[in-house]
Amino acid sequence: MSILLIAEHDNSSLKVFTLNVIYAASKINADIHVLVAGNKSENVAKEVAAVPLVKKVLYSESPNYENYLAENITPLIVKLAEGYTHIIASANTFGKNFMPRVAALLDISQVSDIMTINSPDTFVRPIYAGNAFATVKSSDKKKCITIRPTSFDPAPTSGGSASIEKIDVVDIPNISKFIKREEAKSERPELGTARVVISGGRGMQSGDNFKLINAIADKLNAAIGASRAAVDAGYISNDHQVGQTGKVVVPDLYIAVGISGAIQHLAGMKESKIIVAINKDGEAPIFSIADYGLEADLFDALPQFLEELNKLNTIQK
Amino acid sequence: MKILVAVKRVIDYNVQIRVKEDGTGVHTDNVKMSTNPPDDNAVEEAVKLKESGKAKEVIAVTIGEEKAQETVRKALAVGVDRGIHVKTDSYVEPLGVAKILKKIVEKEKPDLVFMGKQAIDDDCNQTGQMLAALLGWSQGTFASKIQLKDKIVQVIREVDEGLETIEINLPAIVTCDLRLNEPRYASLPNIMKAKKKPIEQIFVKDLGVNVTNRIQQLKVEEPPKRKGGIKVKTVAELVSKLKNEAKVI
Ligand SMILES: Cc1cc2nc3c(=O)[nH]c(=O)nc-3n(C[C@H](O)[C@H](O)[C@H](O)COP(=O)(O)OP(=O)(O)OC[C@H]3O[C@@H](n4cnc5c(N)ncnc54)[C@H](O)[C@@H]3O)c2cc1C
Ligand SMILES: Nc1ncnc2c1ncn2[C@@H]1O[C@H](COP(=O)(O)O)[C@@H](O)[C@H]1O
Repeated sequence: MSILLIAEHDNSSLKVFTLNVIYAASKINADIHVLVAGNKSENVAKEVAAVPLVKKVLYSESPNYENYLAENITPLIVKLAEGYTHIIASANTFGKNFMPRVAALLDISQVSDIMTINSPDTFVRPIYAGNAFATVKSSDKKKCITIRPTSFDPAPTSGGSASIEKIDVVDIPNISKFIKREEAKSERPELGTARVVISGGRGMQSGDNFKLINAIADKLNAAIGASRAAVDAGYISNDHQVGQTGKVVVPDLYIAVGISGAIQHLAGMKESKIIVAINKDGEAPIFSIADYGLEADLFDALPQFLEELNKLNTIQK
Repeated sequence: MKILVAVKRVIDYNVQIRVKEDGTGVHTDNVKMSTNPPDDNAVEEAVKLKESGKAKEVIAVTIGEEKAQETVRKALAVGVDRGIHVKTDSYVEPLGVAKILKKIVEKEKPDLVFMGKQAIDDDCNQTGQMLAALLGWSQGTFASKIQLKDKIVQVIREVDEGLETIEINLPAIVTCDLRLNEPRYASLPNIMKAKKKPIEQIFVKDLGVNVTNRIQQLKVEEPPKRKGGIKVKTVAELVSKLKNEAKVI
């Protein structure tokens, strides 16, 4: 039994969720091999080799792998799959894009977005936007799995010295082309891993009003989230969306401002440790899951919040 | 150009689902069912391409029990030309659905297949990618904008980092996000007209595909409930609680 795990990276450094997935995989089997496919990504391969839970790094280099086009990366993974019992990636837009392609070519029924590992073939995963948890058992000999990274701790990053094996590239079908990626660069912590998240909803009324949220985020070193309604209205870009069809976050503190609390939004944040809701409608469903609810107009509450934070001598970061 | 759209019947997104006491699933009796929301976007996009003269024919296909036809009927009412209902009374996993759809694609030979990015019941997010793999086609997943060019489709994809633009060769699979467009409502006359449009019924057993499920659902349970919190009266109280009680700031 060995595991083939696909690393997510940007060709210069490893994306942190890969560490959570490595840790989760170690609950299935200790023999973890990590594929780093990319373009001039030696540094990523070295980074992965230093992770103590990793036994071997498979490094394959080609311009065709630079942007992780599913059509290009799948033949490589399918070829490597032979020696492994589990093929694993994270259940974010990275893993969701290519893993089903790999699974179908191997004639495997994929298990998506698992939160708990009961045994090497039995897992718990959320269904119906997290309103039910299903325990499922896969009868396929080989398994294709995507893991919900926020449900597992990250693996430690230093002290390991796995070998790095060069892997030959595999022909690509040449049916797709990467054009560009518009990435919002920000100094703030990443939404998926931030300790504090403050999110705005339709109640914010405009993109400009998000400056009220930004000021508090600066103070708390928080990431900024949003409801789908706020993204749809153009207040903020799609990478901020939290929920069933957005990102899943599990911060120590989640502050929902002007968000009603639709089940599709809750799906992405209700595992947060402490939830705060600021909403002027006392009946809003968000209050039913909030540890601390403040029934108030956000345009009064947010400036006051900032003022109170300014009064504190210390703030955890 | 011919477009195939896959539509799935699911519990309506507004319904608060209830888990069955015996752990075998969720209650579906007398529960409102609808088309999987992003599948409505898939239908809308196909119909728009037809209206703009870029597509000649749009076909909607569903796989499921007799009542799943409602989703096809709804698609016909907003401008889809004809429907296909692949009948099965048991749940089929995404891999099985993809195998069935492959058969339909081989028969109908569409240039494009539009699907939802995710079914809101099983939340699998697999079927489109699987179908693309089985056909050896390109895929544009999580699409929030598409533009048809000659022999290629430009797709803007919603990814964790933001937006990604790719160009994929036809034939292709596109899986749609809710932001792709604004699905229209059917007018009463069009609902009436749709009743006359044909829906071909096919039985899974006649397609010659093995769709035996590989994943056994051992148990379905309610997620742990969050214990109710409190309401605070003032912002000062909130900040004090966060600092001294919850100790998170
Ligand atoms: C298939 C599907 C998938 C979806 N996926 C997601 C998802 O991933 N994430 C997501 O978030 N949604 C998702 N949705 C949408 C979801 O159903 C809701 O429509 C959405 O979450 C509502 O966003 P909102 O709470 O910001 O807006 P609303 O529901 O309009 O709520 C706005 C809230 O702001 C409050 N408010 C207004 N003004 C003020 C003020 N001045 N001060 C204080 N409070 C104020 C109001 O009282 C109200 O409660 C999905 C829907 C579907 C169908
Ligand atoms: N039974 C089905 N009938 C028709 N289309 C389906 C069916 N199951 C899945 N699909 C399509 O595949 C998409 C993704 O589903 P899933 O992979 O289950 O999340 C849906 O949005 C539909 O377009």
